[in-house]
Amino acid sequence: MQRLRLLAITCLMLLGLAVAGQRSLAADDTIKIGYIDPFSGAFASGGDASLKMFQFIVDYINAKGGALGKKFELVTFDDKLQPAEALIALKSVTDQNLPFVMSCVGSNVGSALIDAVNKHNARNPDNRVLQINCGQLATELTNEQCSFWHFRFTGSVEMRAVARIKSLPQSVKSVYLLNQDYLFGQSIEKDTKRFLAEYRPDIKIVADEFIPLMQIKDFAPYVTKIKASGAQSLLTGNYGPDLNLLLKAAVDAGLEIRFDTYLAHVIGAATAMGSAGEGRVTSVLDDHENIPSEEHNAEAEDFVKKWRATHDFMFIAVPSVTQFEMMVRAINQAGSTDAVKVALALEGMEQKDLFGATNIMRKDDHQLLYPYYEGVFTKNVKYDAEKTGLGWKTEFKTTVADETLPTTCKMKRPSS
Amino acid sequence: MQIGLISLLDGLVYGMLLFMLASGLTLILSMMGVLNFAHASVYMLGAYFAYELSRWVGFWPALIIAPLLCGAIGAAIEVWGLRRVHHNGHIAELLFTFGLVFIIGRAVQMAWGMLPMPYRVPASLDFPLFSLYGENFPAYRGFMLLISALMLLTIWLLLKKTRIGLIIQAALTHPSMVSALGHDVPSVFTIVFAGGSLLAGLAGVIAGNYLTTESSMADAMGPIVFVVVIFGGLGSLAGCFIASILMGMVQTFSVVMEWSFADMLRPLGISVSADDLLGEILTISISRIGPLVPYVLLIVILLFRPRGLMGTRET
Repeated sequence: MQRLRLLAITCLMLLGLAVAGQRSLAADDTIKIGYIDPFSGAFASGGDASLKMFQFIVDYINAKGGALGKKFELVTFDDKLQPAEALIALKSVTDQNLPFVMSCVGSNVGSALIDAVNKHNARNPDNRVLQINCGQLATELTNEQCSFWHFRFTGSVEMRAVARIKSLPQSVKSVYLLNQDYLFGQSIEKDTKRFLAEYRPDIKIVADEFIPLMQIKDFAPYVTKIKASGAQSLLTGNYGPDLNLLLKAAVDAGLEIRFDTYLAHVIGAATAMGSAGEGRVTSVLDDHENIPSEEHNAEAEDFVKKWRATHDFMFIAVPSVTQFEMMVRAINQAGSTDAVKVALALEGMEQKDLFGATNIMRKDDHQLLYPYYEGVFTKNVKYDAEKTGLGWKTEFKTTVADETLPTTCKMKRPSS
Repeated sequence: MQIGLISLLDGLVYGMLLFMLASGLTLILSMMGVLNFAHASVYMLGAYFAYELSRWVGFWPALIIAPLLCGAIGAAIEVWGLRRVHHNGHIAELLFTFGLVFIIGRAVQMAWGMLPMPYRVPASLDFPLFSLYGENFPAYRGFMLLISALMLLTIWLLLKKTRIGLIIQAALTHPSMVSALGHDVPSVFTIVFAGGSLLAGLAGVIAGNYLTTESSMADAMGPIVFVVVIFGGLGSLAGCFIASILMGMVQTFSVVMEWSFADMLRPLGISVSADDLLGEILTISISRIGPLVPYVLLIVILLFRPRGLMGTRET
């Protein structure tokens, strides 16, 4: 018992040291962003990849001078992909008076954060926080749930669905829908069906299925089912283990159909598919590493080369670079990190992204509008993904006009 | 029908994989009374070791060496860790293995990173064994079945036909009596713990390339293995075997089932729509909640038969 108590005390002390260490590292002359994402649990690989991309972007932006002469700094919090954990992290963010809270993974997390930030900002007018959404895609977050305090710097499901459906080849006549059973998966399913009906009424949906989020280890039974359905293409919004294991099981069972995915470019999938994915796996991308050479953009290619020199997975966060460039301009314009002033400065802002396209932060729903790429996983590329020898090649590109879809957002704006 | 047959095979493969993991755990749990949380972590280590070794010496040597390494780690954990905390009672042991989960998980992340490893099925086994209704049955899955069947046979022979097996069996039910008879129970504990870890490592080696080798694979496997052990009952390998196959089948077949509870009620003259009270739950198809079914079964068995399917004693 004595020893146990000693152990407990030692643990507490170590914990205390760790916390104290974190505090002292966070110098006061920086602009701090509370960054909440899963750094442990089933999608830790995704959170970790995302963090590495953001550290790279922050270094890039800081090298350009940051905002108001201050540099940006990320303060990370682990939410284990659990909304409840994310809310605890948000409490720490507001307790430390951080002006921004950013989160990329899990629409359910994003949804919980929007509610919590709304409440917090209403109750604490002198300690408001702005929510930066860098990857929570459910369309609802900028429609039904839209908030003045929430800015989405990534395409909504709806925007991706437009690119996804428009890029399907005419030869595809039957699809199998498979999605994760939570806010994001349901949002994907709804918008996929909506745009299939709108753009491709000739395509038959042979099955419409949901799977529990990150619970399934063996996808072989699903592959059997897909095979039996006779679908020409599997249309799925799965990501992380749910996509990687699915692709692997399909490859093993020799399922010779197309995989038209939303997120096969996210970390791990390229490794799982390997050369078996050649020519038949497609994805809807914000960006991929071959766009600069496809579009003969030397400056952007330089950026990609710098990334590849120190990382062995693909950089897929160009909208996040745009996000930081917009934030720099908004903070400079506002002269402070005050949430209301920065939010007002961000509204309607136009900014050229790394590839030279003009992105717009729409005032009505705080959704960033930008073009989408549809790419195929293939051998004939300059830069490969995850050292597989295969990489992404653009097959189709939408315009900002294609992606400007009507919003149902009725935003409550602060009176002051 | 064709889906049924293929699902049967899939379920069998998955069930046998579960058994590989659960058999070691059930031995450890029934003998030492320690719910070894770190069991699935050793399984993960097995997969990472196998990946690393297969890069240097090839898959086949790795198939032998990696489980042995895991067994050695298991022995080390028992001798230098568990045995020390043993006299502080079960809570201390439980906390110890719980802590190990985090340490091993973190160590793996630090050593190999969070990216999934490109650990692949060896080329010599990467072909379709046979084709069933147009769907390939990969040779590697046949190999997994073979390995797990061999393992089952070995454990059975070891427990039933050897002297050490006799002592282990006796220690499962009457540890203090075995000790009183002059047998070195602590060494038996070490052997069982190392053996269990070896089996977990073996499961990791053959599952790491069939599923994916990544730092979250332990978290994914941990809970379901506990379900199998509790469901099968303490001290019973046969129960553990039946529970593993059952869970494998349940998970596989639940995917294929499109009907919901509402459909089951319909023949009784009750019709439920999604708008009714509880309607949303009742109209969800079984395939959507498949992975939950084992946990439901766990609750049912704990309520009606707390010692598990074939348990020989109460916890």
